[in-house]
Amino acid sequence: MLRVIVRRLLQLVVTLIALSALIFIWLRNLPGGPVDALLGERATPETRALLTKALGYDQPIHVQYGKFMQRILTGDFGNSIRTGDPVIEVIGRAFPATFELALAAMVIAVGLGIPLGYLAARWRGRSLDHLTVVGTLLGISIPIFFLGYLLKDVFTQNIHWFPPSGRVGIGLDNTNITGFFVLDGLLTREFDAAADALWHLVLPAFTLATIPLAVIVRMTRASVLDVLNEDYVRTAEAKGLRHRTIRGRHILRNALLPVVTTIGLQTGALLSGAVLTEKVYNWGGLGTLITDSITGSRDYPVLQALILLAAFVFVVVNLLVDLSYAFIDPRVRVR
Amino acid sequence: MTEPTTQAGPPAPRRKGERPGRTGGNVNRLGDRKKARLEELAQASAGKGGVSLFRDAMRRLRRNPAAIVGATIIALFVLVAIFAPLIAPHDPVQRFDELTSKLAADNIPGPTAGFPLGSDELGRDLLSRLIYGSRQTLFVGVLATLIGLAIGVLLGAIAGAFGGWVDNILMRVTDVMLALPALLLAITLVALASRSSQWTVILAVAIVNVPIFARLLRGSMLAQRESDHVLAARALGVKQRSIVLRHMLPNAMTAVIVQATLTLSVAIIEAASLSFLGLGDPDRDRAEWGAMLGDAGVRYFEVRPELAYYPALAIIVVALGFTLLGEAMREAIDPKNRR
Repeated sequence: MLRVIVRRLLQLVVTLIALSALIFIWLRNLPGGPVDALLGERATPETRALLTKALGYDQPIHVQYGKFMQRILTGDFGNSIRTGDPVIEVIGRAFPATFELALAAMVIAVGLGIPLGYLAARWRGRSLDHLTVVGTLLGISIPIFFLGYLLKDVFTQNIHWFPPSGRVGIGLDNTNITGFFVLDGLLTREFDAAADALWHLVLPAFTLATIPLAVIVRMTRASVLDVLNEDYVRTAEAKGLRHRTIRGRHILRNALLPVVTTIGLQTGALLSGAVLTEKVYNWGGLGTLITDSITGSRDYPVLQALILLAAFVFVVVNLLVDLSYAFIDPRVRVR
Repeated sequence: MTEPTTQAGPPAPRRKGERPGRTGGNVNRLGDRKKARLEELAQASAGKGGVSLFRDAMRRLRRNPAAIVGATIIALFVLVAIFAPLIAPHDPVQRFDELTSKLAADNIPGPTAGFPLGSDELGRDLLSRLIYGSRQTLFVGVLATLIGLAIGVLLGAIAGAFGGWVDNILMRVTDVMLALPALLLAITLVALASRSSQWTVILAVAIVNVPIFARLLRGSMLAQRESDHVLAARALGVKQRSIVLRHMLPNAMTAVIVQATLTLSVAIIEAASLSFLGLGDPDRDRAEWGAMLGDAGVRYFEVRPELAYYPALAIIVVALGFTLLGEAMREAIDPKNRR
């Protein structure tokens, strides 16, 4: 087991180094080069030469890459072209918004997905099952940004249940400790602010949860159906065990193994959906940052840091999923 | 040797053309009958084998209503795309004066005489653009999937056929590609290009799918390396190239084709998402559902939501079609379901 972990960690490091090298080479080969990207096209040759030297671009490429890696490892990703602030601060400010949103989405997806999938399988062929199958198919076929606009239209224009965009109402965003608005409100006992932040969270969280929810329901349903046919479930029923015991010990414990993998994979992929969801609801998190740093003038330092961060999170989550799987199910031998 | 006829009942008398065995008549006759029986079995299973695997899957597909619905949707979609010029009432690019005259910041004309679905944001016929949009959507989806499939299959086949360090290197390459969530990788790739075009969208969506196809094919090929039919071919002295191309690849391709069907729906949705983020095809004349929805559709959502509803509906239905067919195919080829 330890050998497996070490090997996977090494692979992870290799993957990230390769990705950072790719990004590095890409940035060196931008049309006009990074100096032009920083200075704009109208810079004089003198300032250009000065910046080239200052940034170390007159040195050989491997020396440059070494320095690049050195800086990254100390957390220095340079400054944003758009705002001039250090990239690490820009990302730090946006991170809590996305984390809050992603957490809420996964709570919805897992909290609704597993019971729904279980019930659909248990009542196979009944109307709830048909409804779930059709609903989840729609869930993976609908572009989620369109669903976002649809929800916004119904719940903010027609019935005024939820606020249309943003993270908190005007005048309530005073205290900021952690950047997680709901948590901040609770910590400072501004419960109206916490409630308002939570209220703002509902529609975006459901939008972002659509795909993970659909996938988790389908996975749970399929997996429970498989387990229901197993001999040990029939044996348990024949023994006259209580329904609750069979459900918990025999069905769910076995059926949830593949579901755990699915949850992990969906969590890792959440940033994809966040880019779209945050644009619909004007959310101001990492997703918005990605969109902003790519459309219009491109903010390469921010983009590069975000790509590396996203890859790091994604790869680590995937690794954790694989390892947790092996821990939960002793029969699984991780390669 | 002549075709041996199998006979029930008592041992057949020795026939002409039979080679006398070394161990004598009786044993030889028995050997012949055994041989005949074996050949009969071989023929029977040959008749069932290669063809029947496919035929069996087809039979199960035809009986699955989900597959029928999916296939019908796709057929209709393709037909509309082919005959778009015959079906569409107007030129999709032309701006009509009777529509543009009514365009305002807060008004996009709805259905009027001659324009059943009304105008789009530039005074063009929305219905005609939807009909022509099927072409471009099909083009983007199919091309992105095919390019992804071609590169993925090449990488996967090489990795699966050679194994060892080649496999190791290629899989690390796919690791790097898989290190980013799909849409994020597509965004990054589009950002690589100095400006976006129809081709950056197609290529980005294609490349996102490369590692998926590569891994799928490699896994399937590796699983076959130790399987009986490959071992048999190797024992018979079949050349490595021929083993890979004739024995392993065709068997591994089934899963890839199923995946490609499912990818088509993802590709169409991903292209729409890129348009929504402002990274889509910048050509405003070209009608494509993803761009219609992701660009003007959401921009004028409050003025006239139909601009989003119609292309969204088209995308959802077509994506549903590919998903239904793809999943029915996967179910049909799953040996667990074979009867």
